[in-house]
Parts: sequence; structure tokens; C-alpha cells
Amino acid sequence: MTQVSMTVNGKSVSGDVEGRTLLSGFLREHLSLTGTHVGCDTAQCGACVVHVNGEAVKSCNMLALEADGADVGTIEGQANADGSLNVIQQAFQDHHGLQCGFCTPGMVMSAAALLKENPRPTEAEVRKYLEGNLCRCTGYHNIVKAIMAASGQDVSSIAAE
Amino acid sequence: MPKDSGIGASSKRREDVRFLTGAGNYTDDINVHGQAYVHFLRSDIAHGRIKSIDTSAAEAMPGVVKVFTGKDFEGVGGMPCGWEVTDKHGAPMQEPPHPILAQGKVRHVGDPIAAVVADSLEQARDAAEAIDLDIEVLPAVMNMKTAAQDGATLVHDDLKNNICYDWQLGETDDAKVDEVFANAAHVTTLDLVNNRLVANPMEPRVAVGEYKPGTGDYTLFTTSQNPHVIRLLMCAFVLGLPEHKVRVVAPDVGGGFGTKIFHYAEEAFCTFAAKACNRPVKWTSSRSEAFMSDAHGRDHVSKIELALDADNNFIGLRTNTYANLGAYLSTFSSSVPTWLHGTLMAGNYKTPVIQVNVKAMFTNTVPVDAYRGAGRPEATYQLERVVDKAARELGVDPIALRRQNFITQFPYDTPVALTYDTGDYNGTMDKLEVAADLAGFAARRAESEANGKLRGLGINCYIEACGIAPSNIVGMLGARAGLYDAATVRVNATGSISVMVGAHSHGQGHETAFPQVVADMIGIDESMVEIVHGDTSKIPFGMGTYGSRSLAVCGSAMVKATEKVIEKAKKIAAHLLEAAEADIELKDGQFSVAGTDKSVAWGDVTLTAYVPHNYPLEVEPGLEETAFYDPANFTYPAGAYACEVEVDPETGQVTVEAFNAADDFGNIVNPMIVDGQVHGGIGQGIGQALLENCAYDEKGQLLSASFMDYAMPRADDVPFYGVDHSSQTPCTHNPLGVKGCGEAGAIGSPPAVVNAVLDALNSGGKAVDHIDMPMSPSRVWAAMNS
Repeated sequence: MTQVSMTVNGKSVSGDVEGRTLLSGFLREHLSLTGTHVGCDTAQCGACVVHVNGEAVKSCNMLALEADGADVGTIEGQANADGSLNVIQQAFQDHHGLQCGFCTPGMVMSAAALLKENPRPTEAEVRKYLEGNLCRCTGYHNIVKAIMAASGQDVSSIAAE
Repeated sequence: MPKDSGIGASSKRREDVRFLTGAGNYTDDINVHGQAYVHFLRSDIAHGRIKSIDTSAAEAMPGVVKVFTGKDFEGVGGMPCGWEVTDKHGAPMQEPPHPILAQGKVRHVGDPIAAVVADSLEQARDAAEAIDLDIEVLPAVMNMKTAAQDGATLVHDDLKNNICYDWQLGETDDAKVDEVFANAAHVTTLDLVNNRLVANPMEPRVAVGEYKPGTGDYTLFTTSQNPHVIRLLMCAFVLGLPEHKVRVVAPDVGGGFGTKIFHYAEEAFCTFAAKACNRPVKWTSSRSEAFMSDAHGRDHVSKIELALDADNNFIGLRTNTYANLGAYLSTFSSSVPTWLHGTLMAGNYKTPVIQVNVKAMFTNTVPVDAYRGAGRPEATYQLERVVDKAARELGVDPIALRRQNFITQFPYDTPVALTYDTGDYNGTMDKLEVAADLAGFAARRAESEANGKLRGLGINCYIEACGIAPSNIVGMLGARAGLYDAATVRVNATGSISVMVGAHSHGQGHETAFPQVVADMIGIDESMVEIVHGDTSKIPFGMGTYGSRSLAVCGSAMVKATEKVIEKAKKIAAHLLEAAEADIELKDGQFSVAGTDKSVAWGDVTLTAYVPHNYPLEVEPGLEETAFYDPANFTYPAGAYACEVEVDPETGQVTVEAFNAADDFGNIVNPMIVDGQVHGGIGQGIGQALLENCAYDEKGQLLSASFMDYAMPRADDVPFYGVDHSSQTPCTHNPLGVKGCGEAGAIGSPPAVVNAVLDALNSGGKAVDHIDMPMSPSRVWAAMNS
């Protein structure tokens, strides 16, 4: 067991982990931050995306020890200070960008990272960026629409609600 | 004007807030104090005889609580099948045992052989590697056609052959069918494969079993679409436990698509082991494990023949299908290639003579069961592909050929056992032609061709049968369960309402849509109504969510229970208003006396029901009603879909450029949610048509056992979709007039994509009449260059 310390959603945390403990496991099992989901074991699905030092990272593909000293953001830290949904979260609700909700935390975290580096992405850019996030419910239609809406673009001409 | 609340409003989903903030409560988020973890040692060969299992080294490993093998389950029931199909000779299907852990033989890669329970998951995994197995490898039974031959290797030694059943529906007189085909002006024949798929809800399956020795109570937390069904099957057929001592909870569930209907061995194991180990036991599937233990879908090999007269009227249809059931019978597997497939072979067409033949096969593969659509996509794919091929052979417009043969009179009795209550197939086709701008296709094709691409338009029609029922009929057809559902409407003293429903929401938005109905009936705000689901200790006995049944069946039960509540509330209101009950009207949450200005509010009546001081003595206090609803018939959503693709003639790469759906779902409660259901179905259908394939090699090794090998559709594989559901013929036999929308997209889209690709190739002068799914670039390129 080795001690690991990091900042998660602005709070200092630490714990004793095995060398093989993944960051996703540390967040879920040690910190009870169960909003970060694990949907695969090959770093393909993106349900576990978190922010590590501002970058979108698949937390199932990083050892907890590799995040020692890092600034980590998870879905639990995304809402506004008053607890209301942030712009991306609100766009997902407004445009029905989620169904079962399992991929949603990773989608929201990826969307935040995308909009940080590209504030007004085109449809093609959104789709390309989401290549590492699988959703089985929505057919992606409303996820792409929600992210474009969150970037301030008019999505009213996109087919259907 | 779109409505802003109640039936017909696109109310935003209330469940979204918890999912968007990481506050969902999925089964893997549940940890019970003192829990141990189980890791299953699964077979890495497809077929073998277990000669010995030595667990002694594993038992001595750190943290190990107990190691289980098949021996620990001798005398315990096996996993049951919920539908007994009778074959065409009148014999019951062959039904081999399906033990919780393998006994004697392993029959597919992933078959669980042993289970290690340990203090931590890592310790359980480590210990499983120390189990010493001696398994004699046997030839794997993989090809369905050779598996059906005399002398084939047997998957189950005690069965007479590998054929579960040889089933037939429709015209039983072969000579009559032969005569129809002999007299036909044209016959179109097509051999095709409906590729094996894996449902892959994003949340892998999880089970947590708990036992309280003090009371003898069990709790199973599980990723299920139907907790009461799991409790019944596990208690009555597997573990022999009294139902009232077992609570099954399916909390937030991350998608199902059919594969979480079934009762799985891991659920029974965790429940059993919790008592045997005297500790809660948790199992979380990895994705790789999911690929080899979740029931798969589809996997039909079919030959279909369509006979047409000289005027291009369909006069006969014959199909012969080999349906893969895998190594064991999963819970509803036997019903999928039969009553959920053969009955749909009429489609939208008035073909007078239809014969459906199905041989269901045991093979050394993962069990196959219902996946979104379940039998109906397999039927639609065959039918709509052969109709399209016939149009090409005859040189007629594929839409005109379909329209000419549409059923237009309702109710309509098909030759394959169904009665369609209502529909308007020309209506949805009219909507599609406009929505998809079919008139502009030629210009779009010219533009694609100018860019060096081939463009194709694929049309498809579908009919679906949802809300399978009524129970007495399905019982005669072999169902071992009722197919009603139930709801309890509990009005609280202050007027808010909890509705306990048998249906389970795992993405469908019941928590939002169901309250719209109840609130609309009473005239109160939707926020006053909440839905409770997923916990057998809270909800009435309902059959859960599958087959697009939730609103049509459980929603109907909810309407009936709400009607009972309103009826009783009117008695109380009449007493308070000193008026006759018959004169009481309920509108906008106010009970009033007809023709007067006397009224009393909903909340005053509900408070009176629980504080019955000024109260009609003949009426019981309280305001809570339950209703069970058993539908009189299926519901029949239908529609027409159009797909436009571009094919790169250099590489065979297919790009879906446009996809439009025109569906008739009858009345609609929440259009936003309905659109989302169609989007998701189309996404999965495009996945089946272009990307997804669950592949085995000839030795039974599963080649696609991760998202690295199994190509799930990603955001850049699909376009925006157009969805139109303005053509509405309400269901005639349920109180809401609703039909079900969950599976339509997955049923209607694969043939549209394939038809579009073939249209593109033929427009480029390539006379290709079929490509099996998934239409990968290599398959398309090979077809173009053969």
C-alpha cells in the first residue's frame, strides 16, 4: 500500500492504495465519488472521463498513483456553486441528451474539455471529439445537439426535438 | 401550440438532474457493509468435458472466503426458460438443464466453472488463477446447418439432437404453398444472415446478494429490467426460496435493450452465496465478461421466397430460418424466433399465403435471447430485403410496389396469427416522402456523383407487435408467465401522489412521462406525482419493461388505478359539497357540482380521505388504489424509414448521409422522449447494418470480446436523424391509445441501410443484389469487385 494525495473537486484527499489501483477505482471505492462510471476495461467507452490538471482523461486508464499531487475534477464538481446545473449539464437536460445516464458523466466531462479548447465547435468537430465516448441510448443526436447548444449556437434547425 | 404540461407535452426529464450531477444510484454504486466479492472462473474453451477441478490451492490463498463449483449446486434448480415452444409435430421443445455453475461439461466460452468469493475482488481474481482444471476438449458445434444433421456432435449429451424445436407458423399444407409458387408470375429468393449482436448497455451487469440470518430475509440488488420476474424465477425455479423472504431491487439501471430482462446465474449465485458465506456477496461484470455472459441477440440464417402475380401483387411468402439459441435456453430465448418473429412475417402487406419455418439450434456459443426488437427485426429484415430485391428484379419503384401491397383495411387478420387493430401505412409513407425530401434525391445523387461517390436511397417499412398479451392467449402459445402489469396509485393526505409501477425505467423516462398522465387526469401539476419502481418491496407484482410495453400495458394499469382513485374521491367530494356523486366533475384539480359554482379542491378531498371527520360513512378512509391490466391484444406501431448513403467506390466505405423515420405510435405522451427512443433505435440499427458483429471462429473462440473488437457505433458514424410521428392511428384497445416506441428504430433501420447501399452500388452499374451485415468496407468493396 502506498499513500496517494490529490485535490478532487477542490478538496484535498488522500488514501492508501495498491500499485494496481486505478484512478477510477480510487474515486469510486475510496472517495465514494460514484458518478464516475466504468463501462469497459479497454479504455474505449469513456464513461469514466474526469479532468486531471484540466485535461480530459479516462480514469480507468490511469493509476491512482499517477494522479498523486494532481488537480482532479469529476462530475460531482461540475454544477454551479449554488447547486444548479452548469451550462453543459443544463443543455443536456434541455435537449434530452441522456437516457439511462450511465455514459452521461463522461459525456459531460468530455464536452467541457472540448468547449474549453474549441468554444464553438461544428457538428463534425463535436462528433470527432466524442470518438472516445460511447452512448448506447441516444444515437448521439441529442448529445451533439446539446453540446452545440451549450456552446451558444442556435440548434433550432436541427431535425426533431 | 405544443402543450407545456400533461399528456402531449415535452416535459423535461426530472431524472436527468441526478444523472447529470453524478448522483445516480446504479447497482455498482451500492456497497453493503461487510461485503465480499465474487470472481467467476469461466471456460476459455467452447466445448469440453470437465474431468477434474482442484480448488485446494485457491482456497488457501489470502482473503479467500469460499470457492464454489458445480458440485455445490447439485440439487439446486437450474436457470429456467420462460416459454415452452411446441414444435410442428406437436412435441415440446427439447429443454436441457442450465446449471448455475457448469456440471460435467462446459458449453461455451464464458460458461462459469467455479466462483471464488474473497475479501477483495483482486484477491478473488488472484485465487481463481490458482484453480487447477482438467478439461477434455471436445469438437465445438458452431455451424447451425451441420449441427442439425444426424450424427453431429451434441451440445447436450442427453438430447436426441441439437435441434431445440422445428417450428412452423402459417400455412401448414406444403403442397398449397408449392402451388402458389408454381403459379407465380415472378418469384424472388434471397439468402441472408441476421448477424449476431451484443446489446451492450453501457452499464455492465452487477449483482449484490445479502442475507440476514436473524430474520431469514434476502435482498438482491441487480441490474434488471423486471425485478419481480427475477424474484419469481429465482425463488420458484432456482433456489426454492419463499418469495416473501426475498426482496429484489433494480435501482438506476444503465440501459437494458433486452439483455437485462433475463434471470442470470450470477444473480442466483450471489443470493445463494450470501447465505452460504454469511456475508453479502457482490459481483460486477467487466465488459469482457459481459461479452461472454450477457445473452446475445439475432443470429438467424434465413432463406426467404416471395411470390408475385403478373400485376406485382404479393401472393405467397415462404421462409426457412435457422435460429441460433446458443448453448442453453436463456429466459425468453425460445419465444424470439417463433412467436416474436414468425407472427411478424406479414409485415405491412396483404400477402394471403405465408409459411414460416424455424429450426432453433443449440451451439457452443453464448445463449441468444431478446435484443431490442427481438424477432421483429429479423422478420422485418427478411421481408423488406426481399421486397426491395423484387422491385429491382421487376424494374418497378420500390415505394410503389410497397404501396400497392399495403394492408389498408382494419382490423386485419394476418395469415400468421395476429389481428392488426389499426394502422395507416400510406399515411406514414406520405409523411416520409415529404420529411425525407425524396423528390430532391436525384439532385443529391448527382451532387454525390460529381464528387466521385455513389449515392443510394433505401426505403423500409415495418410493423411491430408490442405489449405482448393477453395472458390467456400467450399461455396457450407456451408462455410460462402472465403478461399483464400493475400500478398502485397512493394519494397522500396533502394531495401529492406516489405511483408504484411494475414497469422499470432504465432510460425510457418513466419518471417523467408517467406523471404526465396521472397529473393530466386529475388536473394537478406534474411535480405532485412521483413514480416508484424497481423494488419488489415497494411495488405491486408487475412484469417489468421490455417489448415496448411500459406505457401500453403498465401505463394502462396506472390509468385504471387513477380512475378508481378519482371515482372514490368524487364520493368524498360529493359528501363535502352536499351534492349527488353523479353531479361531481373533476377539472384542473377542482371537484365541482355541475352547473353551480360550488367546488372543493383536490387537496381538501385528499386530506379528508385521511382525516375523515366530515366523511361519508359508507366509504373507507384513505385514497389508494391498485389495478392490474391485461391487454386484449398487442399494439401495432408501424412506419416507413428512408436512409441515404454515400459509398466510396474506391474503398467500399459507406457513410450514412441522411436518415428519416416516419412512425405511427398512436397517441404520444411526451414527444421529446419518443423522439429520443427512435434516435437510439436508429443508432443501434445503423450499428447492426454497418459495424457490429459478434464473431466466433470455428473452434468457438469469441473473437469480439471487447470494444476493441466489437465495433459500437460512435458519434461520427451517424448523422442527425429526422423523426416524424404526426401520422397517428391510436391503439383501439388501451385507454391511452398508445402503441409503444422503444424498438421501432432498431427494427426499421437495418433494412433501410442495406437497401440504400445496394441502391448506390446498382446506380453505379454494379449488379449486386445482396451484402450481409455488417456492410464493412471490405465486404462492400468485395461485392463491387466480384
